[in-house]
Amino acid sequence: MPQAARALLAGLVVVGLGIFIASLRINPYLYFAGYVILQYIVIATAWNILGGYAGYVNFGTPAFFAMGAYTAVFLIQTMRPPLPVLILAGGLVSALLGLAIGYLTLRLRGTFFSIATLALSIVLQTMIINWEFVGGSRGLSVIRPSGPPFGNYVTFLFTVMVLLAVVAVTAARFIERSWVGRGLAALRDNEEAAECMGVPTLRLKLFATTVSGFLLGVAGAPFPYYVTFVEPNSAFSLDYAVNALAMPMIGGTTSWVGPVIGAVLLGSAQQLATVTISSEMNLFIVGVVLVAFVVAAPEGILGLVRRLRGR
Amino acid sequence: MATPLLEVRGVVKRFGGFTALNNISLDVKPGERFGLIGPNGSGKTTLINCISGALAADGGRILFEGSDIGALPPHRRTRLGIVRSFQIPKPFTSMTVLENLHIPLEYAAHGRSAGAAADAGEILRAIGLEAKAHQRPAGLTQIEMRKLELARALAARPKLLISDEAMAGLSTTEVDDILAILFRLSEQGITIIMIEHIMRAVMRFSERIVVLDAGERIAEGTPDEIVRNQAVEKAYLGE
Repeated sequence: MPQAARALLAGLVVVGLGIFIASLRINPYLYFAGYVILQYIVIATAWNILGGYAGYVNFGTPAFFAMGAYTAVFLIQTMRPPLPVLILAGGLVSALLGLAIGYLTLRLRGTFFSIATLALSIVLQTMIINWEFVGGSRGLSVIRPSGPPFGNYVTFLFTVMVLLAVVAVTAARFIERSWVGRGLAALRDNEEAAECMGVPTLRLKLFATTVSGFLLGVAGAPFPYYVTFVEPNSAFSLDYAVNALAMPMIGGTTSWVGPVIGAVLLGSAQQLATVTISSEMNLFIVGVVLVAFVVAAPEGILGLVRRLRGR
Repeated sequence: MATPLLEVRGVVKRFGGFTALNNISLDVKPGERFGLIGPNGSGKTTLINCISGALAADGGRILFEGSDIGALPPHRRTRLGIVRSFQIPKPFTSMTVLENLHIPLEYAAHGRSAGAAADAGEILRAIGLEAKAHQRPAGLTQIEMRKLELARALAARPKLLISDEAMAGLSTTEVDDILAILFRLSEQGITIIMIEHIMRAVMRFSERIVVLDAGERIAEGTPDEIVRNQAVEKAYLGE
């Protein structure tokens, strides 16, 4: 398939570009900022598989992200396996959580589903706060492994996140264009009608929640090594819930490009504001931009572009 | 006599203390044009929901082509050939009319093989919607919406088509338009259950009619017999 080959090539080019940027050894802060933006590409893309394609709005992003991070913390505390194992394990634990959330969709739709995911996040945070082994409420210092494969550890993590972002976006794009994506779109539009037209809605929803959960966990797994100090308030931060939702909404939820656009724009704006104004400006910016888009361009930037082209 | 395509055997459905369907039985023969009527709230749509799988019956059995389908989820019943249209049209709003048809073609009719595109165009032509193929459902008129509902149901390749009030709120000529489509489908060998309040349409269309009232089956017969039935008159007009 030339299409798939081209997608693979594009992915490899992006990863290569990431490695090249990592080897430049520019101002280290830029790698930090870049890591966060890339992490948000993964998060927004993962959220969108459930929220955008299937139409189930998940407010519990912090739960999945933190599950990835704390799975990594637990493994670092016990076996200290290499980073790829941490990422895979974090993804799998969050995927299981996603599968469980998927069964909630049997009973809960719309707002009620969203409230349940929000509650899930709070419940899990409470559990972590009371679990001393992974640091409890005080948090835990994590020592990075010595000697990354190349560069210093921050540039290495930056490159890893480039790779994860490519994997997430490729997966989202593949799902969107497959029969699964079309079935998800049908159930987003009308679940009852989709089921009556032969779409196995439950199975597709479970698929979406599981894949979405997996990728959110994957995004969280390198987090302990990135911050080197993990505590519940930062791992379960409200920022993730708000950004995961705002970025796809601003970019456009019906296509894989939307979350990427949203994450790059909003993520960069936040990083810029953190440095130039104050770190408290983060969520303020998101809030203002989100309200503006919901009112003026409910289909996001992609919708705006489509409308302009249509005329 | 041929075995029935659909057999409903003593189906019961309760919502809390309210019995919506009380021991309903009926047979639909292959190729038949079957009418299901009754006053508002008599249980017609509940029965359809039990047959299509949207609701699980509390008692009784439902057989399709001789096998019990009571435990199957709706999408499996669709794949067997039981397809319904909705009383209030439920189009896939983010898709064009043509894409709306691709969903059942892909999921119910073809498995996942190719050939769907040609079929979708053909169905739209047969229904008379081909001019709107690339529009979103939001821009359709009432009758076009009803036609889309039927076209989408057809794309699932039904053996049994359940048309739930496909004509409510339409003008006389529009009713004739839909009726003509349903007659054509019947000629193609599709068994049709028509649920309708427009008596002129049901009486003309149906070979056999079952009447429900307050969850009970009160009459069955040809349109002529139903018109002359005392119990039916009472159910609709009161004493």
